[in-house]
Amino acid sequence: MASEPIIALRGVTKTFGSGPAAFQALKGIDLDVAESDFVAVMGASGSGKSTTMNILGCLDVPTAGSYRFKGVQVERLDRDQRALLRRRYLGFVFQGFNLLARTDALENVELPLLYRGEEKAARRTAAMAALAKVGLADWWDHTPAELSGGQQQRVAIARALVTNPDVLLADEPTGNLDSTTSLEIMDLLTGLNRDLGITILMVTHEPSMAAFARTLVHFKDGLVEKVEEGVAA
Amino acid sequence: MFLTTIVLAIREIRRHLLRSFLTILGIVIGVAAVVTMVTLGNGATAAVQKQISSLGANILQIRPGQGFGRGGGGPQAPDFDMADVEAIQEQVAGVKAVAPQAQASGVAVRNAANWSTTVNGTTSAFFTAQQWTLSGGRIFTPAEEQAGKAVCIIGSTVQQNLFRGEQAVGERFRIRDVSCEVIGTLTARGQGAGADQDDTVIMPIKAVQRRFSGNRNIRNIMVAVDDSYESASVQSAIQALLRERRKITGAKQDDFNIFDTAQISETLQGSTRIMTAVMGAVAAVSLLVGGIGIMNIMLVSVTERTREIGIRLAIGAVAREVLLQFLVEAVVLASLGGLIGLLLALVATILLAPVIQVPFLFDPRINLIAFAFSAAIGIVFGYFPARRAASLNPIDALRHE
Repeated sequence: MASEPIIALRGVTKTFGSGPAAFQALKGIDLDVAESDFVAVMGASGSGKSTTMNILGCLDVPTAGSYRFKGVQVERLDRDQRALLRRRYLGFVFQGFNLLARTDALENVELPLLYRGEEKAARRTAAMAALAKVGLADWWDHTPAELSGGQQQRVAIARALVTNPDVLLADEPTGNLDSTTSLEIMDLLTGLNRDLGITILMVTHEPSMAAFARTLVHFKDGLVEKVEEGVAA
Repeated sequence: MFLTTIVLAIREIRRHLLRSFLTILGIVIGVAAVVTMVTLGNGATAAVQKQISSLGANILQIRPGQGFGRGGGGPQAPDFDMADVEAIQEQVAGVKAVAPQAQASGVAVRNAANWSTTVNGTTSAFFTAQQWTLSGGRIFTPAEEQAGKAVCIIGSTVQQNLFRGEQAVGERFRIRDVSCEVIGTLTARGQGAGADQDDTVIMPIKAVQRRFSGNRNIRNIMVAVDDSYESASVQSAIQALLRERRKITGAKQDDFNIFDTAQISETLQGSTRIMTAVMGAVAAVSLLVGGIGIMNIMLVSVTERTREIGIRLAIGAVAREVLLQFLVEAVVLASLGGLIGLLLALVATILLAPVIQVPFLFDPRINLIAFAFSAAIGIVFGYFPARRAASLNPIDALRHE
């Protein structure tokens, strides 16, 4: 790879608990993700993929090893510094959508901008633009309860997009959706990766969804089992 | 950023209107109770003050017997006579006016109107001592006093009931079997010491003694103390003089009492102040309970909104922002409760003041204090739940069901 990878894990381990009850979830991971790549992370439950995603998302820190994100040593940052990193460069999409209840789509999408201290007018414009990108511009005033699962996930994607993140972390984004809707969401993600150059890391256990990715990373027992590059176009 | 937090807090409160209202109910009631109690208490103090001052400033009331009655047991203490009045006038320094009083009661009749009232026999010194002005007419002349002429000055209550708005000065009415001429009308004074002060007919003392009581006794001497003298020293001078005149020697107890209105004013004011303080303290406890209510609901809210907090943290909120959000929410809630409480107190005091017969006195200070206190309660009781929210681990919070 020509340029420096946007994400670089070196010898990352993660141990939960201590003493005899300690459980080592990650046993030494090395992983590079190139900018604008679309990576699918696969593996059985307990294989360490979620723990890895948490570390990649700067929500958690490794017990040992180093995590370099855009040239920054994440493990040396404190809690608030990592929050600022998330705010600036990362977008999250969850399996359970995780929208604020009783809050309309627009306000949900505006939320990250609120923490960035954007003006109201700028927030509104950016949020509407993000909703338009996911095809929900007409649904801005609907609360999650009034939206279908697929629409909720689109709102969640719009929320992740609104800050123009460098990296989008998606944890089983289609896990709660039927196959038709899942395909629509995957189309959307593929488009974002292709047209906007957003680096996407997606956890999935469905090979049909993983097929949309360019790189496949397989986890097994807290280790990276194998990396397949250039699987999809 | 602070403004944004307030916007967020208001949004959150709007989203849970009923719960927010129930949360602040304690504060609402607490603030309303404190402010109502203190406002009414201030009104009561002012009312007492006004009543006392309407009795006349710096006045000594001298009555035969001990205590308020004529004294139980033993031989009855004799009334005073005119010689006692003159002696006080001439021999005690610092006396501005000495007014003897002899009282009788009877029904006043004029045409078809009749009114049961009190006849007060006194001298012109009474008006000086009481600092009571006339709304019309004149007071007695020395000649009328000397002769005990049946002339009278009537209070506004008597005037209303006998004359019903007609001109009273120069007219005549009958009281018992005495026909008397109205020469003056008193300025209205209102309630004082539990009685209507305007319900009175004032006549020269000799007229009352001769035509009503049939003796020369004086039931009560009113002494106005010169402002440049201590009322206590004047009181003891009068005491010594009266003991001598009434031949009370050695350790024998006085058979009369001298009552200083300044004393009663201090006592009454002191007790209303204590009442206000006690009621205010009780109300303050309810305010504290209200604060605990807020903390309770905020803690529940933090647990209930754990997932939301996780989302906010994942999106990039720093701990301080989450803390601030919950703190501001608590403060906005508490302040809102304070505000509603103040409005409630305003309505309650306006409605209650006439019922318990005290003036409505709006006290901006207590309103400000109560409001600031409710906001402070928001900070104090909101801090703990807010810190708990801010210290949540985003991963655990997101996983929370």
